[in-house]
Amino acid sequence: MSALGSAIRRPEAAAVISLIGIIAFYAIFGGVDLGKLFGAASWVNFAANLGIVAIPVGLLMISGQLDISIGAMIPAGSMTVAILSGYYELPIVVGMLGALGLGVLVGLVNGILTVRTTVPSLIITLGTLVAMQGVVLAGAKLLTGAASVPLAAPEWAKFLFGRLIGNSHQVAIVWWLLFAAVLGFVVHRTKYGNWLFAMGGDRESARNAGIPVDRMTIGLFVLSATSAAFVGMCGAILFNSAQVSGGMNYIFNSVVCVVVGGVLLTGGYGSVIGIFIGTLTFAIVNQGIYFTDIDRNWANLIIGVTLLIAVAMNGTFREFALSLGPRKIKKGGQANV
Amino acid sequence: MSDKTPVLEMRSVDKSFGPIDVLHEISLRVHPGEVLCLLGDNGAGKSTLIKTLSGVHKPTRGEILMDGEPVVFESPRDAQGRGIATVHQFGGTYPLMSIGRNFFVGAEPTKGWGPFKVFDRKTANETAVKAVREFGITRIEDGDRLVGGLSGGERQSLAIARAVHFGARVLILDEPTAALGVKQAAHVLRIVNEAKKRGLAVIFITHQVMHAMTVGDHFAVLIRGAVAADFRKGEKTREEITDLMAGGETMADLEAQIEGYMETHEGHVPQAN
Amino acid sequence: MSRQSDSRSFPVSLGSIARRPEAGSLVGLVIVYTFFAILGGAVFIGAPGWSSWLNIAAEVGIVALPVGLLMIAGELDISVGSVIPASSMTAAIVSGHYELPAVVGIVAALGVGLLVGFVNGYLVVRTRIPSLIVTIGTMFAVMGLTLGFAVLISGSTSVFLVPDPVTKTVLGAFIGGMFNVSMFWWAGFAVAIFYLLHVSPIGNWIFAVGGDRESAHNAGIPVKWLTVSLYMLSGFAAAFVGVLQLMTYQSAQVAAGQSFIFNSIMCVVIGGVLLTGGAGSVIGIVIGTMTFAIVNQGIFFSGLDPNVGSLIIGALLLGAVLSNDTFRKLALNYATKKS
Repeated sequence: MSALGSAIRRPEAAAVISLIGIIAFYAIFGGVDLGKLFGAASWVNFAANLGIVAIPVGLLMISGQLDISIGAMIPAGSMTVAILSGYYELPIVVGMLGALGLGVLVGLVNGILTVRTTVPSLIITLGTLVAMQGVVLAGAKLLTGAASVPLAAPEWAKFLFGRLIGNSHQVAIVWWLLFAAVLGFVVHRTKYGNWLFAMGGDRESARNAGIPVDRMTIGLFVLSATSAAFVGMCGAILFNSAQVSGGMNYIFNSVVCVVVGGVLLTGGYGSVIGIFIGTLTFAIVNQGIYFTDIDRNWANLIIGVTLLIAVAMNGTFREFALSLGPRKIKKGGQANV
Repeated sequence: MSDKTPVLEMRSVDKSFGPIDVLHEISLRVHPGEVLCLLGDNGAGKSTLIKTLSGVHKPTRGEILMDGEPVVFESPRDAQGRGIATVHQFGGTYPLMSIGRNFFVGAEPTKGWGPFKVFDRKTANETAVKAVREFGITRIEDGDRLVGGLSGGERQSLAIARAVHFGARVLILDEPTAALGVKQAAHVLRIVNEAKKRGLAVIFITHQVMHAMTVGDHFAVLIRGAVAADFRKGEKTREEITDLMAGGETMADLEAQIEGYMETHEGHVPQAN
Repeated sequence: MSRQSDSRSFPVSLGSIARRPEAGSLVGLVIVYTFFAILGGAVFIGAPGWSSWLNIAAEVGIVALPVGLLMIAGELDISVGSVIPASSMTAAIVSGHYELPAVVGIVAALGVGLLVGFVNGYLVVRTRIPSLIVTIGTMFAVMGLTLGFAVLISGSTSVFLVPDPVTKTVLGAFIGGMFNVSMFWWAGFAVAIFYLLHVSPIGNWIFAVGGDRESAHNAGIPVKWLTVSLYMLSGFAAAFVGVLQLMTYQSAQVAAGQSFIFNSIMCVVIGGVLLTGGAGSVIGIVIGTMTFAIVNQGIFFSGLDPNVGSLIIGALLLGAVLSNDTFRKLALNYATKKS
């Protein structure tokens, strides 16, 4: 009872229910073969790429910020590594550092503008989103004369960043798990996590409590832009070429994963495991639908409805977490209060 | 009392923002184990005074002394480091964080080593619950509970217990009872008394005269940024203090006016326009 | 409050014009136009240039106006991106696939817009879910419904419609072969919404709700009714753009309209509306939309790489918000010093 009670009070409670609900829905109404679904690589690959971006986006949301510039950073990362190491034939390490460096740079711009001004981060990152789209596309045309740049990465780079494990599962899955484990540890087990939640809960009080709020914010923006560049880079190495399009879908998809995962849009509440489960849910809805009898075209409808139900459930569970202690007023209720 | 050095003292402090003088010639002192009540109507400069004492603003003129030594607070953090803790109206706490986490924001206990230095949840929860219970809040037993689920009085008490735990010597309470019901407010006043007994100097900001008179040893009334009256417990009645706060226009006059109006207007109260 | 008295007393002095919230946006517009006029030369200054950016501005502008109102009231609407294709698909299916009169299709399409707007508004006021999330949810849902029903009914993701001459003339004609009639509709929307925001008492309600929802409610403003109405207005406007697109291009695509989401927000923000609500003007939104469209289309006349356009728009957006930020700080300081 107590274990169940505390499980329900966790931020990811609704996410788990959403995940189970979707699988049950597909199994019952879609006639899905669960063995085949769980053995399939398509949705796991999809989840991994999305998940690497969704976790830092979710942490930013916990801290009270949004980052939509990731939509441009994925093609930017992919293009940078392809231009440097493909077109100019520099060592792959240079290309990779270039891609990640660009992520750091854009993250710094986002972060510094956010902490220095009172402009909401949604608008700031909308500006850098559009600007970076222009930079990437115009830069690619200017430097290479084409919108698609080939890249032949050496074996070791492919092994680490762009390999298919068992001919089907992208190595990005390993990175995703690693990423989730490390950030999950940092957020939930170290003091930095405490700072993160405090910032999202009450920025001013957190600052007065001595938390380096500005540095944390800038750091989180750097993390999200760099993660997006990393996903783009892995894609270029895997597919041997960089595409400038794509990426825009990640903006809303990552927000949906994060919110389904139980993070409060206004900040201060959420968990990494919740974001992880939210991403799984999203990927199963979006890609798992191919394994069902349901027409693929309805996937977005299911996502929209799942999002709204999940958010409503999150609200309910949050109220629950607030109102209910596991050992509620039994004996000490009236004492001294 | 007066033979001891005050733990915190303001000497002729002025604070202006550009051309506007918000605080003018403020001189106040507070001793250990004493509650100084700062009374004032809205806009009297109370919050600027708090911000000056807690390191958010620096005085334009005049000086602040701690234990008789002049000090300059570089930041709120600096003021905290010197033992000045400020508790705001809603407790300055994070509703969606647990009691244990709240208690230690910015000073997290850790265990382990190197990169694996983890937040010590058990210690944090135990310490927090113990500290709060010592202040008489026995209803709090579980450090994992979210603070948002506590009552307003409990949240205030948690914030005060936190300040005391981290070695505060001066406790600045900004309207701690303003948003509370009668019972909850009484509860907070009891905690203020407890803090006083432990030898803390308390600066209690309020516009509720009753609350001030319950716990205060020493009173200062702030009007338009200046100290209009400075007196000790028992020197003035409740009515006198209320009149002072209203800025000279006495409540009795107002009552007389309203009564006069009602007589001439067949018992109707004046319409607010 | 001061802006209200401003618009009534018709200020003519330079100082009061400079203090209006649109001043910065107007400067941006002039700079951008001059820049592209120099690069684009006679073609850009002439009718081809004007028609090209006005056609773009009209479509974005019709959506940007109600999105701007919502933003002034402190809410966002992401779902416009899927209401546009949903509406053109509805009209195309009703009047093209089932061959009912155009009027029926148009009414159905606008009804879809109003319905989605109602759902958005209802969910926003009933639950305490932030409108960003609610409208992302309805965006996905409407997108799925559009795609699902389009394929289910017509078997295709694009449906054709040949409008009758009257409908074509009113909703989809090119005047002089260049200027789309949509710009007159845009002008109509702008006038109507200008009246709503700056002349009628409802405008004051919108500012009040955006400034402080709770106080507005306490002041007796029907906050919920207002919010739902504003969402229905933005749903309606997006559906109207969907109809215009259908009548102009004579086909409906399921995947059109996503670009409107961010484009409309950018027009509104470049026009000086505060994302957090409580400040903004219709003139500003119109100026912001024109600026956006001039950059968007002017780039094709300039000889620069078209993608540089989005870099300019991004820079413009950041420039606009940062200067607004600075001006607002100045204005607030000024007010403090006066008191």
